Amino acid sequence: MMRSVFLRNAKNYLMTGMMLAATLAVLIPLGLIFFHIMKMGMSSVNLDFFTQIPKPTGETGGGMANGMLGSLLMIGMASLIGLPVGIFGAIYLAEFGGSKVSTAIRFSADVLSGTPSIITGMVAYTLLVVPMKGFSALAGSVALAMIMIPIVLRTTEEQLKLVPGSLREASLALGVPMWRTTLRVTLRSALSGVMTGVLLAIARVAGETAPLLFTALGNQFWGKDLTQPMAALPLQIFSFAIAPYEDWHRLAWAGALVLVVVMFGLSLTARYFGRTRTGE
Amino acid sequence: MPDTQTTAPPEKADKRINGDLVFKFVTTVFAFSILIILALMLAEMTSESLPAIRKFGHKFLTSSDWDAVQGNFGALPYLYGSVISSVLALLLATPLSIGAAIFITEICPKKVGAWIAPLVELLAAIPSVIYGLWGVLVMAPWLQSTVQPFLIEHFGFLPFFQGAPYGVSMLAAVFILMIMVVPIITSISREVLLTVPSSQKEAAIALGATHWETIKMAILPYGKSGILGAAILGLGRAVGETMAVTMVIGNSPQISLSLMSPAYTMPSVIANEFAEATSKLHTAALMEIGLILLLVTLVINALARLLIWSVTRSAGGGAA
Repeated sequence: MMRSVFLRNAKNYLMTGMMLAATLAVLIPLGLIFFHIMKMGMSSVNLDFFTQIPKPTGETGGGMANGMLGSLLMIGMASLIGLPVGIFGAIYLAEFGGSKVSTAIRFSADVLSGTPSIITGMVAYTLLVVPMKGFSALAGSVALAMIMIPIVLRTTEEQLKLVPGSLREASLALGVPMWRTTLRVTLRSALSGVMTGVLLAIARVAGETAPLLFTALGNQFWGKDLTQPMAALPLQIFSFAIAPYEDWHRLAWAGALVLVVVMFGLSLTARYFGRTRTGE
Repeated sequence: MPDTQTTAPPEKADKRINGDLVFKFVTTVFAFSILIILALMLAEMTSESLPAIRKFGHKFLTSSDWDAVQGNFGALPYLYGSVISSVLALLLATPLSIGAAIFITEICPKKVGAWIAPLVELLAAIPSVIYGLWGVLVMAPWLQSTVQPFLIEHFGFLPFFQGAPYGVSMLAAVFILMIMVVPIITSISREVLLTVPSSQKEAAIALGATHWETIKMAILPYGKSGILGAAILGLGRAVGETMAVTMVIGNSPQISLSLMSPAYTMPSVIANEFAEATSKLHTAALMEIGLILLLVTLVINALARLLIWSVTRSAGGGAA
């Protein structure tokens, strides 16, 4: 280290400044997006938005009530499929799995959660839409479930592994069978952490659009039949944002605000659960 | 959840054994569902794209003739658009993300970092359709009125900045992808940097290193492969990103050096044409694009995960 202290200090400040600039460059566009959603969304959202379905082209007003209902139904269906599979799969990894098989499944889950969500839509299309001869909310739910499973599996497993072995052993020593021990002792002690993963998975699929494009397809009206095309909030935001009507753009902003508020709500709740877990 | 699962009281010993067997069987099947889904994806996508693979062979990758009426399908413009948009986005996003990750973990006060880190993670969770909405209604008009005329006027001698300012363009796709992958790379790099043992830093500081020298000599070399993994994971996201890109790239299947002109990507053409594809061959061609996309992202993600695991696992850290 023969260079002068002055030069080294100068370089230190320069690099620190550049990293500060990088952080600002990261935060500013994101702040702008947030600002616009708030500004445009707040001025567009009203009671009609939550109670009406979209008006035909050219008429003002209307809302996205059918999209919100459709999203709720499909997320509910996807959770019914995805949560048990993810949670029970995680139990296998944490409680039974041999190390090699578990590592392979863990790795596949991580890789699977990185595949483009539009691919799950295409797979659900070939598996359900083609045989059933029509777009359906059911196919959309299956596509969403395929996205949920790896997320729930990984987060649940991490939480189960945090439960001390002595708890399991105490229960088993009392003569409680393994399955009952796992469900009533291990899973229950990890419950708040598991809830975090579940909420994060729900938040993730709540905003998914691509997997629904050719499964649920979307619907201009109240569609409540799971075997028929169904509206979804993200799908409506997409089609309204690219339409050339000012009034539809307003609805899209309102939809974006609702979606962001729901997702942030879910994330904050998830963080709350996560915090109580570590605070124990 | 546990209460609904335990309705049958395990009274007899033989029933207990059955209960455990059934339980183990069910959990095994569900765990293996991951592998089944992965295999199913590959099998379905391959078998559905067979008609296009048989008809066009390797020409599918080198031809840019995409004509649903004539039944000619070449995917080159989509491959080109995907590669250029995601690589450029990654080149812009990676230095910013690493800088931000270092700033959050090493430089700024702990309390500030504790606020920025969850914020960045929250932003990584914003749905892509919302980025697309902002991109098409706010960013693209701004590019059209301000940035593109500036670039065309002052850098128009370069082939990358020639043409008319459309707003929706390759440039818009690069920017929106950059904004979207930055939170992902930042939050994973941050997790990687957190696993650097403090003894590494303390050793450098004890030798009299400045803050930057500590980062350069002790922290970055330790987290190198993990950060590389984070960047590759960002690349995977960018390649597979569908909605936001579809909304801002202009959806025009042309190969142009100019970032000002509209382009098209692999996920975008699937999103736009798949539901309306009429002929079997058209569907198969889109399936083949999906298959290429799937294979590329599988390789990218596998590589990224291996790199990230190599750092976080050995340090005993959590999953990244």
